Amino acid sequence: METDKERAPNTQDWKLLHPVLATRRSFYYLGMCFLAFTVVAFFAWLRQLRFGLGVTGLNVPVYWGFYITNFVFFIGISHAGTLISAILRLCHAEWRRSITRAAEVITVLVLFFGVGSVIMDLGRPDRLLNVLRSPNFRSPLLWDVCSISVYLTASTIYLYLPLIPDIAILRDHGARPTFLYRWLGLGWRATVKQKRFLNAAIAVMAVLVIPIAISVHTVVSWVFAMTVQPMWHSSIFGPYFVVGAIFSGIASLIVVMALIRRIYFLQDYLKPIHFNNLGLLLLVMALLWFYFTFAEYLTTFYGSDPSHLVVFYSKLSGRYAVPFWIMFVTCFVIPVSLLARRKTRTITGTVIASVSVNIGMWLERFTIVVPTLSQPRLPWAKGHYSPTWVEVGITVGFGATFMFLYMLFTKFFPIVSIWEVQEGREQAVPEVVTRVRSYLPEETVPSA
Amino acid sequence: MPRWGMVIDLAKCTACQACVVACQTENNVPCVPPEQAARGRIISWISVLPQLEGEYPRLTMRPTPLPCVHCDNPPCIRVCPVGATGINPEGVVRQIFARCIGCRYCTNACPYTRRMFNWYRPEFPGEFTEALNPDVSVRPKGVVEKCTLCHHRLQKARDQARAQNRELAEGDYIPACVEICPAGAMYFGDLDDPNSTVATLARGRRAFRLLEELGTKPKVIYLAQGEWSGGDGQGART
Repeated sequence: METDKERAPNTQDWKLLHPVLATRRSFYYLGMCFLAFTVVAFFAWLRQLRFGLGVTGLNVPVYWGFYITNFVFFIGISHAGTLISAILRLCHAEWRRSITRAAEVITVLVLFFGVGSVIMDLGRPDRLLNVLRSPNFRSPLLWDVCSISVYLTASTIYLYLPLIPDIAILRDHGARPTFLYRWLGLGWRATVKQKRFLNAAIAVMAVLVIPIAISVHTVVSWVFAMTVQPMWHSSIFGPYFVVGAIFSGIASLIVVMALIRRIYFLQDYLKPIHFNNLGLLLLVMALLWFYFTFAEYLTTFYGSDPSHLVVFYSKLSGRYAVPFWIMFVTCFVIPVSLLARRKTRTITGTVIASVSVNIGMWLERFTIVVPTLSQPRLPWAKGHYSPTWVEVGITVGFGATFMFLYMLFTKFFPIVSIWEVQEGREQAVPEVVTRVRSYLPEETVPSA
Repeated sequence: MPRWGMVIDLAKCTACQACVVACQTENNVPCVPPEQAARGRIISWISVLPQLEGEYPRLTMRPTPLPCVHCDNPPCIRVCPVGATGINPEGVVRQIFARCIGCRYCTNACPYTRRMFNWYRPEFPGEFTEALNPDVSVRPKGVVEKCTLCHHRLQKARDQARAQNRELAEGDYIPACVEICPAGAMYFGDLDDPNSTVATLARGRRAFRLLEELGTKPKVIYLAQGEWSGGDGQGART
């Protein structure tokens, strides 16, 4: 009986189970809405399968367009979860407790759309398994296959581990389908031994996942940087892409948090302080992003290799100037001006900044992929690219399907970690006090 | 072992496009309908490209036939995730159509943009279907294809030489584009044989290669008409 009481969520945290146990009608409407886009994307894909990639706007020499842009973008967003949550966990940032799960779910779900984007881009998706049958390990694309599959595995485990105690809570509440929670709960009874084991496993995964996540986006950048093409062949691309990935990842996390806070009335758990702290992180990333972008473009400009300059000017003042400068405004001007001041670093302020960053980071990927391809070294094969409805449909459909799956997750599992919040309330508060004390010189209590 | 290479004399080329047509028929290169061609979907393994020189009114157009240059150090073969493209011991960069997954990484890694993608199922107008070359497979939609230096001709020439119990001689094997060239602007042969025509021409003072500075070591060598000024990307700003 004693353990039962311990396991049951505090009545205070009852709210967190609510989205799982009851579903409002508006959920179905919104879900249908997203699924409608999924259907559009599905038909677009069928059309592409039937007729070939000719139904897209791709051409010679712009062989890559929206799909590869989406690939880099989605893989970038996946850095929201695992990386941010792992770093916050390892730093003992106590404000992390109510946001880590929301972040980790983004990672796992969005990875499928990153991989999906590449599959959309293949001329022969039916031969996909050739990458296992006859792999060429000199190809950066194969490095991608390796690092992304490791990443997906690791971040799924990393999402699942902290989920076990919450699944057990749902199981004990008789949440349906009962078999799901019984099976996934792995017989969790919150014994001391189990808890110790779980915490150790989470700590190991948190350490492991950081180098894996960094390797993933570095390798994604190498797909471009390993070629000799103008403005792709750059050694800064690895760290530049990682910074951009974390940047767009934090931004997505903020947007998602604002939505679940609103929809599930979680104002007590996702407080302005969370948005403030994430907003500060986003600000740091915006400044870092600017630094990398500046370094990259200045180096190109100063070196003034003619073939690089052609691409450079097409971005700054040529055909791709509009996406380029929108990117600059949305990735730097808007977020920095909103986030640098305490007054505008509110929930609304951080959400506006985050939406803007996500638009900007998508455009950044676009202005990396397309301008280089449209202006190869030899002056003959120039070309321009504008997408067709097929690519736009699949892109929008991917975004909508991601949001649908995210909604679905919140209906099966608590989106704010119940046990971690409880642990914070019960254990972390005294722990922090002891920790802060340990930083200070020993108190000499006058013996009275 | 020979190292096959091509020499193209730009002073002789008349831009008649015979090489393009010969390649098209020899290798079953699909005919792209005009509206697709306007969208940049032309497939041609060799193209005669205009290189403009000087300024108006003293403007000259120098035609430059450009097949795959068959680099000795090809950037395209490294990046293929499934090893569907490779360089054979005789220096020919080849594509395995049946293995290609159509990711188009090689097309993007090629600095010469000489790799083509099948955007649709290949189509041949009525009479062409009957004139397809039985020695060359028709590529399915969704794969990358490229110049093979008419490799099927090499196989035939080898068989013939073996049947006649002799070594392969110069001129036994030449690709369709070289064979057809009415201006005699194209030469083909073994670059490693110091006495071959191509090796002699390649040593000459007029010889140069495209984008030599990238270290790709192309085996298609041009003979300049005057001083070469192309390929530096400068012409692109206009």
